[in-house]
Amino acid sequence: MCCLSKEKIMRVTTDVDTLRSEIRDKSVRVIDVRREEDYKKNHIPTSVNLPLATLLSDDAPERVVKLVNNLGIDDETSVVVYDDTFGALASRVAWTLEYLGHSDVSLLELTYGQWNSLGLETDTKVPSITSKNHSIKLHPEIMATVDYLEKAKEKKDVILLDNRERLNFLEQHIPGAVNIPYRTLGTSEKILRSKEEMKRLLENRGIKPDAEIITYCGSVGTLSGLAYYALKSVNFPNVKLYVRSFKEWKNLNKPIDKQENAHYWDLSAE
Amino acid sequence: MTISNLKQTSPDSKLPRVNWAKIEEADNFAKTVKLYRQGKIDHDNFRRFRLQHGAYGTRMTDDYAMVRIKIPAGEIYPTQLEKIAQLSETFSIGSAHISTRQNIQLHWVVLEDVSEIMRGLTEVGLTSREACGNTVRNVMCSPLAGVCSTEEFDVTPYAIATAKFLLRNPLNQNLPRKFKFNFTCCEKHGMARIVDVGLIPQIRELDGKKQRGFKIFLGGGLGNKSFVGHQLEDFTPEDDVLYTSIAVLRIFDRMGDRKNMARNRMRYLVDEMGWEKFQNLVLKERAIVRATQSVIVKLDVDDTPTEIKRPITISDTDGKPTPEGYSRWIKTSTFKQKQDGYNSVFINLEAGDITANHLHALAKICREFSAEGFARNGFSQDIVFRWIQESDLPRLYSRLIEVGLANPGSLTMASPIGCSGTTSCNLALTNSHRLAKEIQRKFLELKLDEDDDLRDSTIKISGCPNSCGQHEIATIGFYGGGGRVGKDMYPLYQMSLGGRSDGDAMLGVNCMRVPAKRIIPVILKIIESFKKNKKSEDTLSSWINRIVRGNENSEIKSVNDLKQILSPHIVPPTKEEDADFYLDYGSDKNYHTITGKGECAA
Ligand code: SF4
Repeated sequence: MCCLSKEKIMRVTTDVDTLRSEIRDKSVRVIDVRREEDYKKNHIPTSVNLPLATLLSDDAPERVVKLVNNLGIDDETSVVVYDDTFGALASRVAWTLEYLGHSDVSLLELTYGQWNSLGLETDTKVPSITSKNHSIKLHPEIMATVDYLEKAKEKKDVILLDNRERLNFLEQHIPGAVNIPYRTLGTSEKILRSKEEMKRLLENRGIKPDAEIITYCGSVGTLSGLAYYALKSVNFPNVKLYVRSFKEWKNLNKPIDKQENAHYWDLSAE
Repeated sequence: MTISNLKQTSPDSKLPRVNWAKIEEADNFAKTVKLYRQGKIDHDNFRRFRLQHGAYGTRMTDDYAMVRIKIPAGEIYPTQLEKIAQLSETFSIGSAHISTRQNIQLHWVVLEDVSEIMRGLTEVGLTSREACGNTVRNVMCSPLAGVCSTEEFDVTPYAIATAKFLLRNPLNQNLPRKFKFNFTCCEKHGMARIVDVGLIPQIRELDGKKQRGFKIFLGGGLGNKSFVGHQLEDFTPEDDVLYTSIAVLRIFDRMGDRKNMARNRMRYLVDEMGWEKFQNLVLKERAIVRATQSVIVKLDVDDTPTEIKRPITISDTDGKPTPEGYSRWIKTSTFKQKQDGYNSVFINLEAGDITANHLHALAKICREFSAEGFARNGFSQDIVFRWIQESDLPRLYSRLIEVGLANPGSLTMASPIGCSGTTSCNLALTNSHRLAKEIQRKFLELKLDEDDDLRDSTIKISGCPNSCGQHEIATIGFYGGGGRVGKDMYPLYQMSLGGRSDGDAMLGVNCMRVPAKRIIPVILKIIESFKKNKKSEDTLSSWINRIVRGNENSEIKSVNDLKQILSPHIVPPTKEEDADFYLDYGSDKNYHTITGKGECAA
């Protein structure tokens, strides 16, 4: 039993069958991070709504813990998060909970859209929640600030991952970053690739589990949040999210690299 | 109910008839990249290996590659379009590029991810093997083969069989230089005379019996120096096609120039030796090849006719108004097949670029509408659906509007070809790719696609003298370079006129250098002069033809006369007058010619 519960804590994604049985057992708190109007139309039964924008409007721990309490989550609650944006928004919410000190949080293995297209049950009912009391035990080891990043990225065993799309990366990126676009992380059926594939991909790129990895993306750490979980899914122990990401880096006028002398944008048919 | 048995099934898809892939090659590629990065394989060896497997270098960097996916004979299936869409989003820029040689290219791929693309391709039977390097490149086949009303027979099975015979064949792994085959449907629609081996089907009667065979052209090609191919003999019986190909490859392998990079295509060998000598050599070699085969080697031609099914969707257009622009689109983008009631539809893409979403949409539309169940890519950076029921055309058009692919003009002068240029090619001097898009937008805006006089003319643009954009066979062709005013540089193009690749194949005649930002006005001025001087039956192409051959008798008699008329348009302004003149398309920095080490990204 003890091993089982440990395994549960470690899980990065929750598969559909498991979630459905946990919903039946009432042993899970499901968070829908889509916009309120979408949530109201329908959602996975028993799920509660925490739109990412609400969280991001002020993600100071003191406020986040209030939001979490109001969703009926305490330190022991098993939480599963989902979105309809290939897992990136859900990742950012899950990561925030982890940062707050909540260990039992995972991502639904697919998006709400895929859930729907599989014909699985949905609901319009908003569950009534009894507020709970969550503690604050911050985990700074999973967060990178700009100061931290600036020092760390000069070290040899630190790898900086940029998870934006290729053209954006070519146009501008933090010097020394390696580009793994968020699309590389998932498949058309799942928000994350199989472990075996993910491992092979990282290995090809020379990204080793013993390195410290810092992920970033365009603005608020969503795409890079997904990368954070992709790396966790293959047991990379030391991964940090640069939450304020490239937007902050640019605003602070930090150095930027660019792939020069090529007009790659003109290859795009967008 | 468990979820595992609930997987979505995609609608019935026709499966590819040939599996070109080999999964070991993906593993091997990944391993070799690692060894290269560890310094255990030197740069030159790695480069050769990489090219053999279809990965090019990229402009100004060693970190990225371009993966060229071969589509032998141009046959591409819906599942393959979808896979390429997915791979482009995952490992490339979210768009793919359809080339002029029936390849589909993924650009700006991290070198370490190339093996993942190869792995993905094996799932749908595709390969990039021998898409680059000194090998036989993708074997091309007219997108109209099988449906063209002027063809003698469908050459597709021969093209496929040739590709099958040569892929991974030791004969073709280390030639002096790349080698190109092109199977054409008829004299009108082909490129048979501008490749190493070009074939046009013909039928002769022998003792009252009909016999299939080919006209085979050898030693043509475009490049820094271009040549029109020579016909080997009046009639090459189908059984001799493979022997002829082997003979030619063996001669080239033995005698081709392996030292001088600039002169090692087969056309130079033919040129140096003289055609008659080369011709004799081929005929002798063919006799030897034929005699020394212990068994008769034949092309494995699979002649089973493609199954033509009426797709389930039946159009119901009753009462619905035809969507706007329909007749323009029909006129400029569709082709009536020899089979009554069927049409081929050419999808107009800007310089061959297509997004992942569009590829997905096309896969779906193909399944729904094409009675043969797969698509082709053509010779002009396009995708072609064939076997479309006439009555389905309005609905197909509406679908294309919905997904944003209904631009008219595919089969007209309004869809110029542009090589990749400075968007990715190491040798490029100008952004030929973007220029092609700019011209297309202008032409469509002016509705020039509807002008019958312009219909059979072409515009083709290369970003340097290397002709990947095939400028020499264009009615109006351009290749990029740099010009100078004092110490300021500006992008310009050498313009050639009157090139063509049909039965009267000839290479364009150099006319003048035109600054990049003056190309559009210059083309419009040419059209204006044509309209003023044309005879009633003239098309732009026939008019230009007379001019370049010196047979014209109106006010403009020669290329020189035309130059006079155009010259006011090309005078460089000062930087103060027009700073934009000094920028290339797609760039906000002053123009300089910058090139890296070339791999001839043809
Ligand atoms: S080498 Fe080919 S692709 Fe590159 S710029 Fe020249 S013509 Fe274009």
